[in-house]
Amino acid sequence: MSLLDIQNLSLQIGGLPILKDVSFSVAPGEIVAVTGESGSGKSMTALGVIGLLPDRAETQGKILLEGQDLLARNEAQMCSLRGREIGMVFQEPMTALNPVKTIGDQVMETILIHKAMPKDQARARAREMLDRVGLPEDRFPLSRFPHELSGGQRQRVVIAMAIALRPKLLIADEPTTALDVTTQAQILDLLQSLVADFGMGLLMITHDLAVVSDMADRIVVMRHGELVEQGPTRELFRNMTHPYTKMLFEASGHQVTLPEPPAPEPLLQVKGAVRDYRLPRKHLFRDPGYHRAVKGVSFTLNRGERLGLVGESGCGKSTLTRALLGLEPLQGGEILLDGKPVWSGHKPDPDVRRRMQVVFQDPFGSFNPRHRVDRLVTEPFHLLDTPPTGATRDRAIAEALEAVGLKATDAKKYIHEFSGGQRQRIAIARALIIRPELILFDEAVSALDVSVRAQILDLLVELCAAYQLSYLFISHDLSVVRTVTDRVLVMQSGEIVEEGETEQVFTSPRHPYTQTLIAAAPTLPALG
Amino acid sequence: MLRYSLKRLISLILSLAVASLVIFFVIEIAPGDPASFMLGINAQPDTIEALRSELGLDVPKIERYLDWVGGMLHGDFGTSYTYRTPVTKMVTDRLWVSLPLALYALALSTLIAFPAGIYAAARRGKPGDMAVMGATQLGVAIPNFWFAMMLVLIFAINLRWFGAGGFAGWNKGFWTGIHSLTLPAIALALPQAAILARVMRSALLDILGEDFMRTARAKGLSRRQALWRHALRNAMIPVLTIIGLQFSFLLAGAIIIEQVFYLPGLGRLVFQAITARDLIVVESVVMLLVFAVITVNFLVDLAYAAVDPRLRQRT
Repeated sequence: MSLLDIQNLSLQIGGLPILKDVSFSVAPGEIVAVTGESGSGKSMTALGVIGLLPDRAETQGKILLEGQDLLARNEAQMCSLRGREIGMVFQEPMTALNPVKTIGDQVMETILIHKAMPKDQARARAREMLDRVGLPEDRFPLSRFPHELSGGQRQRVVIAMAIALRPKLLIADEPTTALDVTTQAQILDLLQSLVADFGMGLLMITHDLAVVSDMADRIVVMRHGELVEQGPTRELFRNMTHPYTKMLFEASGHQVTLPEPPAPEPLLQVKGAVRDYRLPRKHLFRDPGYHRAVKGVSFTLNRGERLGLVGESGCGKSTLTRALLGLEPLQGGEILLDGKPVWSGHKPDPDVRRRMQVVFQDPFGSFNPRHRVDRLVTEPFHLLDTPPTGATRDRAIAEALEAVGLKATDAKKYIHEFSGGQRQRIAIARALIIRPELILFDEAVSALDVSVRAQILDLLVELCAAYQLSYLFISHDLSVVRTVTDRVLVMQSGEIVEEGETEQVFTSPRHPYTQTLIAAAPTLPALG
Repeated sequence: MLRYSLKRLISLILSLAVASLVIFFVIEIAPGDPASFMLGINAQPDTIEALRSELGLDVPKIERYLDWVGGMLHGDFGTSYTYRTPVTKMVTDRLWVSLPLALYALALSTLIAFPAGIYAAARRGKPGDMAVMGATQLGVAIPNFWFAMMLVLIFAINLRWFGAGGFAGWNKGFWTGIHSLTLPAIALALPQAAILARVMRSALLDILGEDFMRTARAKGLSRRQALWRHALRNAMIPVLTIIGLQFSFLLAGAIIIEQVFYLPGLGRLVFQAITARDLIVVESVVMLLVFAVITVNFLVDLAYAAVDPRLRQRT
């Protein structure tokens, strides 16, 4: 008998269908990955199993855990089941723990709430679990608070909480999406070994096929609340029958071919850039001290070149981006665009500044919701001394929108009328409108679904051919950087540790850090 | 935690020093000479001069400031210009009414607001929540002097449970004192409770939407358990801020209620002193209130740190 058996599960919220007739099962000791893009209903399926759906949700069908229908149980019965029979790990480790309670208390709570054992035994079990997830006592006593831990360490605490009572089923909803690649690899290893040790069933929700391709026993593909295809991992990859699965697979490993870059001629020169942050003052009369986020970075970006910048969180890549844009001054070294310094005197030089634009990660947060698209797209015009008006302005807007695959008539709409992918196109149009010589893409495709990401990458290539773009592509996603850049810089703790032709760096990395990064990055299996 | 407390303490002392300077010199700069005021407009210049030197007003300002601060450190606030009695005695008499009244009102306000706010947050959008929200809306809107008069009409004049005004004094026993402060305390507490309940509710609702609340539910906690164990303590930061502000207000801002109930409190003392240009009393009472406010803020800072471990490390 399977451990979890979902039979014809349908779900509506306020009359809106979210899930339609979903059926699949998880056996003890089995890892089942549910994958799909946003809006596919994969997270709702997980919340349905643990009984934490929104209040207005109506369900039909059955969710059987060892033959018992969970949907037929009342709230009190579900409470006694959660944490004891079913554990759950969530996406965002930074906020998944209560900031005012110690990690020991929080792990013990799982045990104590179910009255599974007396307090001293619960404390011992909590200790044992934290040891098991790789948080040894000497560095991670029970009295630690969440804010003293990193994201990966917090995710380990969340996992310890979820497995403290050895549940039969563990649900992990995008458990590694918010983590760096090397941390992601460690957490995935941990989950796999826990399944093997405890014989739990693992239901893993993820948008990233590559993450589960060498870990899941079976894969379930969902789209728009419906189950599209399911099967044992290897078989599914070998004979993908549904076109959506094929599309998802293709889009995950989407490759583009960049046009040849022109002959090297320096555009952006960074020479020994240093960026310090003041630390909070510890003593009233003593120097507060500084944290050096960027430690003397030097590189050149040539005209027409597509340069990548990769590194894990905290490596200084965002700090460097802000300095490049002249948003913050440097404490040492200089940044030259076409031979002119970005920062002159005590402010950024507007002459230089108008020749660069940036596209940020969040397609939802980077637009003022009360402005229409034409106003949003023409924002960079304020950098010009004589911004175009009237028909010239309208023509510029139409041209920019059409260049990114939207219609000129979209100019009069508000931003909420667009999807995430369309918004990112608008962000690119906003960057293009003053024909900058350099564009910075700061994690510009990281928040997008894979199919949308593939389209945006195609758009980039088209724009490279049409406008001879020069850009710096900053990302933690190695597979994307590999395909859209000519050269790549690898950054670690404020320094550039490796630099070279993209293909060369990826196929034969020289620096040990680059090697670790590339080894940790999940890859799709080669088909054949 | 010790470092944090020490730093807060140093900043408390610095604030007090700055406040004393500002209070003294701003009031000195303000026009109006106490001596000429006391003697009336027909007084001879030499009489005024004589009174000025008797009151100690002819000494240079710096010296007077140092005298004043030095005196306060010994508990000597000087002598009132108009009543010719020690200010310390006047202020402590009034403080024995105002401080218990403020504490009483604050206790009532907290006792009403906490359950009401928690109840409303736990039943968000349901009739219970709407009833509490409606009641607090009224509580915020009703002026407290009108409410005070209604209390007098109902409980003092019709039901005769309480006196209509005045203060019996503490020498007749603790409960007699409390009894005569009850109506004013209720009148003061209710609008404050309404505000505090709304703050409590919205702080809790913010926390209920946090990721860690879902984590708590996934562990097997019921909604109610998750609220009590995880949300309440996190919601305390904004609530403590408001409680601190309210206490300062209750101590100094009770003048209207003191007037309605004929209570010999600090508010009325300041009012009388200002109209009589009794500068030394005004300065002393204002300084005392500043001291109270700064001390309350210090205590609130310590309470923050007790609630939130992240604040203990930050300085």
